[in-house]
Amino acid sequence: MYPAPFCYHRPGSLKEAVGLLSELGEAAKPLAGGQSLIPILKLRMDEPSDLVDISRLPGLHFMQNDDGNVRIGALSTHALIGRSDLVGAVPILGDCANGIADPQVRARGTIGGSVSSADPSCDWPTLLHTLDAVIVCHGKAGVRTVPIREFIRDSYTTVLDDAELVTEIRFKVPPANSGGAYIGFKKSAPAYPTAAVGIQLTLADGDVCQQVRLALGAAGPRPVTSDEAENLLRGKVLTSELLKQAAEAIVEASDPPADARGSSDFKRAVLRSLFMQAADRAIERAAGTQIMGNHEYV
Amino acid sequence: MSEQIQRIPVEITVNGTCYKREVEPRMLLVEFIREEINLTGTHIGCDTSYCGACTVILDGNAVKSCTLFAVQADGGEILTVEGLEKEGELHPLQQAFSTEHGLQCGYCTPGMLMSSLVLLAEKPEPEDKDIRKCLSGNLCRCTGYQNIINAVQTAAKDLREA
Repeated sequence: MYPAPFCYHRPGSLKEAVGLLSELGEAAKPLAGGQSLIPILKLRMDEPSDLVDISRLPGLHFMQNDDGNVRIGALSTHALIGRSDLVGAVPILGDCANGIADPQVRARGTIGGSVSSADPSCDWPTLLHTLDAVIVCHGKAGVRTVPIREFIRDSYTTVLDDAELVTEIRFKVPPANSGGAYIGFKKSAPAYPTAAVGIQLTLADGDVCQQVRLALGAAGPRPVTSDEAENLLRGKVLTSELLKQAAEAIVEASDPPADARGSSDFKRAVLRSLFMQAADRAIERAAGTQIMGNHEYV
Repeated sequence: MSEQIQRIPVEITVNGTCYKREVEPRMLLVEFIREEINLTGTHIGCDTSYCGACTVILDGNAVKSCTLFAVQADGGEILTVEGLEKEGELHPLQQAFSTEHGLQCGYCTPGMLMSSLVLLAEKPEPEDKDIRKCLSGNLCRCTGYQNIINAVQTAAKDLREA
């Protein structure tokens, strides 16, 4: 299958890339790892006039943890993130990075591309909600930072303008006694998740939940959050009864579309189940247990 | 989009030979390999980034060549299944797929071999679960996978003892 014809550009710097995108207008698209974009182009769900290949731009392949302030360059691949030291400090990152699709896709796909595509089935946007990440964007007018909660507007829609690129993702390493888990349920490795749940929490004295972030993926046009569900848990000892109530509250806020991966009701059932599994794993990690995590598939 | 079709010069090394071509930007890497340089061992299966039949090694990583434009591989080094055999001798992985009956129709096999080769370079003593994880992006509709896993284990042993 061939995409519709397009013109190809390979700018040598970020400035040049932004200039090109600005000049070419909304019919042009940036190309990074291409693991979301190329299948879309091959199915001709989109026919951009021009592709601006940003995959070789210098200065966007990095991962840093300076005193708990994490910065990930937008062109970091899922594979590199999944193998990095960051996973030791923030295990939920490994759950996500090492669970995305398969080794071939992880070797090419980038965190910046995943976030920019705002595909409701992509894992990074949901995961980054649990870490209150900030997205750094470069455009004609300069640099701006946008919290992930404001960055994703709708399915396949972000706040980025036509000539703006994601260059970096920032978040803080969660404090001591924190744990998180991200689990996507997939029919097979290369498939997008049917549903996914991310939970990041911090426990205080006597296993009281001090802070918590909850997010559901592939469960609506954008990652699903729920203040109500988080408020149910904050300040409480996390019993399974309470967790079930929180699961109910956030699943109530979801709107999973019926599609080839399952009916809406099936997906809600999967979300409830994943929520309880992710909560268990997050609590165990907060208590200091080292457990490997990953997506689940049959 | 102008009326004239854009052609981009690329230099791609495949199995040790550098190929210079001018390609249309939308040419996929798998088409470049199969149609520009006539190496048809790399297969097109699903053509939608699921099945892994088109897997080749690009700069040390297994990648799906149906989900990559040839222009993106410009300057890169590629290894395809044709590059495994040395002086008429099958690579230990190829030999093990044969002796362990790791294939029936053989359509997925080139991709299986390329993915497995990357794994064995990183993990000379893989556990079965490492192999399963490594091959999670390579689908086989014949074997039921067990003989493929046996083949990779056999190859790993042969390579360690070589």
